[in-house]
Amino acid sequence: MKTAFLICSVVVLAACGEKPQDSLGARTDKPVQNGTGVAAFTAPGWKAGDKDGWANHLKARATYGMNDHVRAPQ
Amino acid sequence: MARMKFICDAERCIECNGCVTACKNEHEVPWGVNRRRVVTLNDGVPGEKSISVACMHCSDAPCMAVCPVNCFYKTEEGVVLHDKDICIGCGYCSYACPFGAPQFPSQGTFGVRGKMDKCTFCAGGPEEHGSQAEFDKYGRNRLAEGKLPACAEMCSTKALLAGDGDVVVDILRGRVVQRGKGAEVWGWGTAYGNQTKQGA
Repeated sequence: MKTAFLICSVVVLAACGEKPQDSLGARTDKPVQNGTGVAAFTAPGWKAGDKDGWANHLKARATYGMNDHVRAPQ
Repeated sequence: MARMKFICDAERCIECNGCVTACKNEHEVPWGVNRRRVVTLNDGVPGEKSISVACMHCSDAPCMAVCPVNCFYKTEEGVVLHDKDICIGCGYCSYACPFGAPQFPSQGTFGVRGKMDKCTFCAGGPEEHGSQAEFDKYGRNRLAEGKLPACAEMCSTKALLAGDGDVVVDILRGRVVQRGKGAEVWGWGTAYGNQTKQGA
């Protein structure tokens, strides 16, 4: 009888439990240099996971694509 | 480490809205939402100046400071992004933003304000890079594809520069040194003469 009372108490009181509701904030993002894994859309010239390679690739792309003073004949 | 920034060269912008179109097309941005837009000062007056404006990915972003549910985060590259699963669409960020970057799509029959949408510097969001879920919520992740934002890469006059802050500043500095300033700037004198502005 005592055991049954204990079991029932545990089951009933379990409903009174509360899950933590702490603010988790925004999910973090994976590093962009890991790539998308979609080869068809990935620009050639760098390797996924290589942070410095990715940064240098974007620098070169910006310089070539946007700095027309470099591209135009002097 | 790269720190991504936009700069718009007001001497070159011709208000073609190509950046706006490129952005809407690349990310399939819905009607009523403009992540990027072109603002013109003294429109129609000789010497008018246009500038392309979107989220400037502030170093100390006011939207992040006021968000009551803390849905914003900043990537290692300094890109300010947000999590639409957490955003409640309250609009505080739009009041705080000095550039009017946060946009709210109208949803439902009564035009209820939806969750905030803004420029992502073409860096997607917290979903898996390149996934359909990321595209549906945030658009393409061009940075993870080794590309720069579509608006800047599509800019016909290269007025809009995007990329590592050091690189874009170097490009702009080179231009300023070459073209001079004020009436020395190429283009305006040829097109409009060097008269003072009337009715500005």
